Amino acid sequence: MQQSNAYIITFSIILTVVLGLLLSGTSEVLKPIQKKAEELDTKKQILGAVMSADEISEMKPEEINEFYQNRISSKVVNLEGEEVEEQDGAQVTAETIDVGKNYKKAPEERLYPVFIFHEEGDEDAANAYIFPVYGNGLWDNIWGYLALQTDMATIEGITFSHAGETPGLGARITSTDVQQRYKEKSIYNEDGELVSVVMQKGEGKDYSGDPHKVDGLSGATITADGVNKMLKSYLDHYKGYMEKKKEGSPRMAQN
Amino acid sequence: MSTETAEKEVAVKDAEDLFSKRRKKLITDPLVDDNPITIQVLGICSALAVTTQMQPTLVMALSVIFVMVMANLSISLLRNKIPTRVRIIVQLAVVASLVTLVNEVLKAFAFDMYKELSVFVGLIITNCIVMGRLEAYALGNKPYDSVLDGFGSALGYSWIILTVAFFRELWGSGSLFGIPIFDGISSLFGDDFQLATNGLMVSPVGAFIILGLLIWVQRSKTGYVEH
Repeated sequence: MQQSNAYIITFSIILTVVLGLLLSGTSEVLKPIQKKAEELDTKKQILGAVMSADEISEMKPEEINEFYQNRISSKVVNLEGEEVEEQDGAQVTAETIDVGKNYKKAPEERLYPVFIFHEEGDEDAANAYIFPVYGNGLWDNIWGYLALQTDMATIEGITFSHAGETPGLGARITSTDVQQRYKEKSIYNEDGELVSVVMQKGEGKDYSGDPHKVDGLSGATITADGVNKMLKSYLDHYKGYMEKKKEGSPRMAQN
Repeated sequence: MSTETAEKEVAVKDAEDLFSKRRKKLITDPLVDDNPITIQVLGICSALAVTTQMQPTLVMALSVIFVMVMANLSISLLRNKIPTRVRIIVQLAVVASLVTLVNEVLKAFAFDMYKELSVFVGLIITNCIVMGRLEAYALGNKPYDSVLDGFGSALGYSWIILTVAFFRELWGSGSLFGIPIFDGISSLFGDDFQLATNGLMVSPVGAFIILGLLIWVQRSKTGYVEH
């Protein structure tokens, strides 16, 4: 059966309109729920840097929100480590900063959120400092949250996320046993230089004796390289803030 | 594929049973005798990729069932209206919309799954099983039969990837649905005993091996030979 061109075009237009309406309708209806899920996920990732995944998965969404409220305070700093409260006349908060958007700017122009994990009810009693990191994986962006202990050198914990790494290969950066490898590693060497922690090529070796190396991801070297670059660059960007924190004695530390 | 395109609409009496013998065959055929993965060898990409764990595999299987049933239904309903010259694009548009729907719903209600699966849910569009059934069956058959056909094929796909995932997660990670199995078994035999997991199973190579074994077992049972 041969149809006329006019029929084909009309059919295509109607189909496009119907499908378009269906999709935009769904998107519009689901958007608020998706936004909540996304915010909750970000909070989980931030908390994941200082808590074990098991602890978090046992918590209900409301509990996570409450815990986050009680234990996390935040601020925004610039490359020099100075606190920033407004930009272009608008107030900025760490929660509203899109690290991915900032990533596209030059490092000097970016805003850097800092999340402080503190004792309940006492914002001065910091337990760990959590820094968002952002970079490129193999297929798409990768990001994460790095928690440093109060000495600003030892890694308390880390979480990674990704937009499109290969499942089973690069996507393994989200698994707990990969993230565990970073625990207790140190980002400064003996000479006080910032060397970050580097994921090695190949997998299965024991790097427990080396504070700056972690076991690699077999089959995902490019993702691992991306992780290394991401950590190094963002640690450099947060260096200003970290140095400032280190200079002040713990009692003077203002959170 | 080649055997599939020859299917023609069978003349059906008015009052055919809701689950007549012929209709049952629509569902049961793709499970073993005409399985999309093991016999037609379609949809291998996702079968290899998502099957490291049971849970994402289950979500993937459900998504494929939904997409195939709905796509077969809509294409079958429109089968007399779809212009032949643009039918592939029309099929693609319908499948793509359904897949986007699944993705949006996952994002809203199962964000963790969404993060884990998003690439592969998107790739359902390119899953040859979906397009294959639309082209071979839904375009020429009534809606209800097409729904059954889509359901059957999707089920055939699902049980295979679930089986592959079962072995891969059990051997590769020592757990099922994230629940540690090996640790539990090991503790029965005392402190020094630990069942070892096989890292090969976690990598795509493991899926190839399991899938190959599955096809072997199945073909030696059914006696199926490639023409």
